[in-house]
Amino acid sequence: MDLYEYQGKQYFARFGIPVSAGGAADTVDEAVARAEEVGYPVVVKAQVKVGGRGKAGGIKLAADAGEVRAHASAILGMDIKGHVVHRVWIERSSDIAREYYASFTLDRTAKKHLCMVSAKGGVDIEEVAATDPGAIARRHVDPVDGLSAAAAAELVAEAGLDEEARAQAAALLVKLYTCYVEGDCDLAEVNPLILTTDGRVHALDAKVTLDDNAAFRHPEWEEFAGTETSDPREKLAKEKGLQYVGLDGFVGIIANGAGLAMSTCDVVEQVGGEPANFLDIGGGANAAQMANALEVINSDENVRSIFINIFGGITRGEEVANGIVEAMGRVDISSPIVIRLDGTNAEEGRRILADQASGRLESVPTMIEAARRATELARGDER
Amino acid sequence: MSIFVDERTKVVIQGISPSSQGLYHGLRNRAYGTDVVAGTNPKRGGETIEGIPVFSTVAEAVAETGANASFISVPPPFAAEAIVEAAEAGVPFVVCITEGIPAHDEARAYNVLVRDFPGTRLLGPNCPGVISPGTCNIGITSGDIALPGGPVGLVSRSGTVFYQALYELTQKGIGQTTGVGIGGDPVPGTSFTDVLAAFEADPETKAVLMIGEIGGSAEEQAAEFIRAEMSKPVVAYIAGVTAPPGRKMGHAGAIISGSHGTAKAKMEALSAAGVTVAQNPTEAGERMVDVVKNLG
Repeated sequence: MDLYEYQGKQYFARFGIPVSAGGAADTVDEAVARAEEVGYPVVVKAQVKVGGRGKAGGIKLAADAGEVRAHASAILGMDIKGHVVHRVWIERSSDIAREYYASFTLDRTAKKHLCMVSAKGGVDIEEVAATDPGAIARRHVDPVDGLSAAAAAELVAEAGLDEEARAQAAALLVKLYTCYVEGDCDLAEVNPLILTTDGRVHALDAKVTLDDNAAFRHPEWEEFAGTETSDPREKLAKEKGLQYVGLDGFVGIIANGAGLAMSTCDVVEQVGGEPANFLDIGGGANAAQMANALEVINSDENVRSIFINIFGGITRGEEVANGIVEAMGRVDISSPIVIRLDGTNAEEGRRILADQASGRLESVPTMIEAARRATELARGDER
Repeated sequence: MSIFVDERTKVVIQGISPSSQGLYHGLRNRAYGTDVVAGTNPKRGGETIEGIPVFSTVAEAVAETGANASFISVPPPFAAEAIVEAAEAGVPFVVCITEGIPAHDEARAYNVLVRDFPGTRLLGPNCPGVISPGTCNIGITSGDIALPGGPVGLVSRSGTVFYQALYELTQKGIGQTTGVGIGGDPVPGTSFTDVLAAFEADPETKAVLMIGEIGGSAEEQAAEFIRAEMSKPVVAYIAGVTAPPGRKMGHAGAIISGSHGTAKAKMEALSAAGVTVAQNPTEAGERMVDVVKNLG
């Protein structure tokens, strides 16, 4: 789960990482009230989970209430790369002397955490990595050992941070690591990490991705829940706990496992169809999940046929079949269904479908043939 | 011959109870011919479930039964601990199918194994397991989709495409020496490269089918290994050829991998390493038919 900047900063603050004073606002009046609280000048920042806010006009400096009103009016409702701004973050403006970069994430290749620090922050860090890789100091952190204060100090020196910033930056780095580990982040990134003209180091931005798998031990994450997607299909799928990505095509897809779901999209496209979505009902999916998946697909007006592609391992064929039967009783499925069912208890599943759903769906023996059949039905070739 | 497991493999099921996933799949594994010798459950030591003796700890199970492999399917909050317990008990091969383990737990457990228990190989987490057709099946693969006799070794990051690929081979009459599902989690205990090296060293395996997917750079590393170290032919398929580019938040991940983990980049890297790259699992099976014909 990605956090908005303001949520990321609030998360940082819990771990003692210095951030600018500020407050979130959903209306122009609220924005002015927050500005009055933190004191002028303030920065009005669009809260969207996409880069390039500044260039799009989503970050503005305001010297007084009138300017806050003007900027908040312009920014709230603004569309930034398809993301509509519903909330702004108002924070006290900082007098920036220098801009740095710091992050922690997992290096899948080394199978250890990776800390990166650079004196060249405040710009596109991927660009820095490409053109001036030496400007980014990197150090692997063994999860068993953690990050020592000494290692943090070495790292900020190696990155060439200004002398006066080093002690504070090293301390911040240790706190950022604690936030990353104890806060179960996949990513904790600060760009820019700033040195102010009066010699303070703090996080001026926050990019935090939380590990959804750790939600069970973070009841406080509740407040971050909610979806910013404008796609009603994705909203419905999320409510039902399904892994769903809306696409533009007309063959609705349900598969078990992300790999098979992607592979199903590949095959549908290769036989001339266009997937309407990616939907993974997950490992060990039961009848209720299958029924939910069918409901989500059925809600998509673009869908003209449905391809259910199941290869059972931990997912059992009879559960899948029972779910389809249940869904058919619960909702009026408007598109023809093609199913390919193999793997664990597949025969039992096929028998259930033959007994209770024959005439309402077609069972096809292979993945490729099923993709072809679903595409044909969607294109109306057989009608 | 096979890699990682064979007819001498004795399995302990960690976290066994009458209603557990571990028991359900463990019994299916046993029915396939796998030698399931023990189960563990701190609250059920001394019981017998479906003829399987239960011990309180893995160490006791190993001491009493000589178990040399473990099967873990306990819920995510307890899985990392279970992996370390197996390693501490000296189990040389641990299969963990649990999906949804926090990444930090996984990274910690992996590095504990690397440092303190180098004799333990972890397969997974979040993987279908390993099957040596006709001999041993640990995990959640449906045994009837595999065909004994070789000559192909299969390795896959995706679970369900692993089944699909096994089945494609079986339907075309091509047997497998071993099928290994390494899982798609951030810190897999066993990598593509580990499995490819084992297949390269296994005299019975004559060719390898590799199934990757988008994201990360494991396939690119595998390509480099194949180019430098492998003499056996490899056929590959990368799931997600047509996937739209994902939204990403920070930049640190992209800096590490140097690419965005697209199927195209992976397929190009594999092609450049001499791998036959297919567009879907069925085509991968067809290419393998050609490869096997030419083995001579």
